[in-house]
Amino acid sequence: MSSLRMTAGWWASAKVTLAAFAIALLIGAVLIAFSDEDVVETLPNLFTYPGDFFVAAADAIGSSYWAMLKGSLGSWHAIASTLERSAPLICAGLGVTFAFRAGLFNIGAQGQMTIAALIGGYVAFAWQLPAGLHLLCALVACLIGGALWGGVAGVLKAQAGAHEVITTIMLNYVAASVLLYALSKDAFQRPGSDNALSPQPLDTARFPSIGGVHLGVLLALLAAVLVWWVLDRSTLGFELRAVGANPNAARTAGMSTTVVYTVAMVIAGALAGLAAAMNVLGEGNALSPTLVGSIGFDAITVALLGRASPVGTVLAGLLFGAMSVGGVAMQASVGTPKELTAVIQALIVLFVAAPTFVKALMRFKDQGGGTTLLAKGWGA
Amino acid sequence: MKLEIRGLTKRFGDFVANDHIDLTIEPGEIHCLLGENGAGKSTLMNMLYGLLDPSEGEVLIDEVPRSFATPGDAIAAGIGMVHQHFMLVPVFTVAENVMLGDESVRGGVFLNRGQATERVRALSQQYGLKVDPEALVEHLPVGVQQRVEIIKALSHNAKVLILDEPTAVLTPQEIEELMQIMRELRDQGTSIIFITHKLREVKAVGDRISVIRRGRVVGTADPSTSEAELAEMMVGRSVKLVVDKEPSTRRDTVLQVEHLTVTDPRGHQVVKDIGFEVRAGEVLGVAGVQGNGQTELVKALIGLIRPDTGVISLDGNDISGHGPRRSLEAGVGYIPEDRSHDGNVGSFSVRENLILDLYRDDRFARGMALRLDDIATNAQERIEEFDIRTESDQTPVSALSGGNQQKVVVAREFSRPLKLLVASQPTRGVDVGSIEFIHRRIIAERDRGTAVVIVSTELDEIYALSDRIAVMYDGRIVGTVTPDIPREQIGLLMAGATDTGEERV
Repeated sequence: MSSLRMTAGWWASAKVTLAAFAIALLIGAVLIAFSDEDVVETLPNLFTYPGDFFVAAADAIGSSYWAMLKGSLGSWHAIASTLERSAPLICAGLGVTFAFRAGLFNIGAQGQMTIAALIGGYVAFAWQLPAGLHLLCALVACLIGGALWGGVAGVLKAQAGAHEVITTIMLNYVAASVLLYALSKDAFQRPGSDNALSPQPLDTARFPSIGGVHLGVLLALLAAVLVWWVLDRSTLGFELRAVGANPNAARTAGMSTTVVYTVAMVIAGALAGLAAAMNVLGEGNALSPTLVGSIGFDAITVALLGRASPVGTVLAGLLFGAMSVGGVAMQASVGTPKELTAVIQALIVLFVAAPTFVKALMRFKDQGGGTTLLAKGWGA
Repeated sequence: MKLEIRGLTKRFGDFVANDHIDLTIEPGEIHCLLGENGAGKSTLMNMLYGLLDPSEGEVLIDEVPRSFATPGDAIAAGIGMVHQHFMLVPVFTVAENVMLGDESVRGGVFLNRGQATERVRALSQQYGLKVDPEALVEHLPVGVQQRVEIIKALSHNAKVLILDEPTAVLTPQEIEELMQIMRELRDQGTSIIFITHKLREVKAVGDRISVIRRGRVVGTADPSTSEAELAEMMVGRSVKLVVDKEPSTRRDTVLQVEHLTVTDPRGHQVVKDIGFEVRAGEVLGVAGVQGNGQTELVKALIGLIRPDTGVISLDGNDISGHGPRRSLEAGVGYIPEDRSHDGNVGSFSVRENLILDLYRDDRFARGMALRLDDIATNAQERIEEFDIRTESDQTPVSALSGGNQQKVVVAREFSRPLKLLVASQPTRGVDVGSIEFIHRRIIAERDRGTAVVIVSTELDEIYALSDRIAVMYDGRIVGTVTPDIPREQIGLLMAGATDTGEERV
């Protein structure tokens, strides 16, 4: 039902997102040009031979972006890497999206993933079980770990009114420390190693792969469909969205905000747990302090870029996955630093977060009362 | 000072809020601006007060065109405004509030309170505005706070005073006092623009009446025009001002409230040992000035607040403190006083809001899955039955006019069998046409045998609907009367006088 509500503003917001993407690429292009040695060499003669500068710049920009595109989508292998890189971003992003629709700003995907990886990882390397069952147990352990950690923030919010932004940030620190502590114990230590590193997950607990892509990716997409259904088509989603949009009216209509806050955070946590499963059971990484990387935080960006809709989150997750894979390829083949992709990603989100700025820059026609000010401000 | 508005127009995108408005306010007249909510009165005044930029047209003061970019410009030009919601600092004294923004100082840094106090005294004597300049604003009753606002405007040498719905928060006695003040101001040469949608007041105090409908001035009338004519000008068609209803046939007691006491979050006891009963097929009106415990009483009735003590029994079952869901399921319908805060989810579609408290019902859900087709059918039926004006049932409810938003709430609450209907300010901010409709539906519900509790600060509404009237003052029911007693008597009760010699019913 709300899907139709969204169609009205769908194109408008897609336009802003695309424009933000274009502007970010443009700024990225300038950065590429000025960080390229060949381009810098032409600068002293910029006014005598401006042509040299433009040729060199075009070459640097073109080859960098081409390498990025080819590296992320240019071959089946590239696409497979992109999918595998996107899967955890999508899952954790869905967690942020789900909580967001209940009016909760879940900054805690990082911590939820960490605890999920810890519990799920332990099951994956320490238990001895037959192939299918082992995977199932490890997967469920990941989900429970994430749900537990998300649930703590949910219960604190529902019962004590503790703001979820504060609690989830704090729980991120706690989770990181718990992981470090666990890795210093024999139960988690890789035998014969002094590093904070656990044994490898056993093969029986790994997602099978087809054509170079592990099947966890499929699970991530299924999770997106499920989240969409719950949010848009179920009584739970109806309550969740009502509480998120107007908790007073929701309460008056007989909904329980305490139940909704708790359930929303438990499910959000479980989705982050699924993201951890992509990492541990999909790519087969052993537990280490850097296992989660910054996926939990990137998930917030992905959810914001996806406008807190399941479809948007999937698309944003794929985009970020592709850019991250493409960035590595770009650095390898033409030497442009892969950090550039982080800059572009950040810029996209910055522009998406400031839609009036993008609209003014692109001169999008706008309807509605609030824009007279804008027109004045930009002399449009 | 003569104020003239010529061809003033305000557009928001394609929407024309004010369409070439012409008005002349003569020196020393009370000019009433009559119009429904959403007719464009506030837009017009906001342009006049420098809060909005006109799209077209001009404002002339004493034949000189002026434009106001900020309220500061308007004040400097002699225009003063008393907003519906007072702009006072509660912990400051009257004098401090009056000097605020225009502080006179001694020695460069020290506030000259004495001078401000003198100024307030002088103004209060000149216009008969009784106020103690040294009283703290938070200790003053609402009617006196309003006087402070008027003094504030006068101290800025306002020659034209805009009063935006000034009577909404006042008791009948305070309204009478305000009107006296308005006449005094007029006689001393101040012009007043009096914005209201209440016909009675317009006729009582106005010198001239301009009626605004859909952003246009549709006519000017003088106070001798009948209420029915004015209402017709305001709405654009003839309106029934009286609700047709048969005397109630009182049956069994449905709602029985005993010794109900409620404390608000700040620890004040706001409902004090209240007891009453409502029978099937009867409307109990709860009258009273806003803030005398009605809000909390209603919230306790539908389970949003847990009372300290007391019993709320519905058909013999105590439903107090079990939460709204229990009350809803027991057959309580609820129209909250603030529809956008408690009644609807603004970003939800009309369709979704029409099932906001019915979504678990077997009609609309199968297990966890919502029955989208049935929800859509329901929306079409309700929209038709209640004449909800909306582009489609997918439109967000916040895009609807106040009256139509209220109809969404009413339609939803009436779409399930009720034993008790609790309606708080059911027609606040609703256009006259919708008021008529909502009142008719409430009476129809009563005639079906539902017990009805109406809480309203509008005496007209209380009189129109009630079979019995309970008056609340300071958390207590200070009297229960029948609607055949005169307004003055109820006014006295609303002001806290308990000994009116009226017989209790």
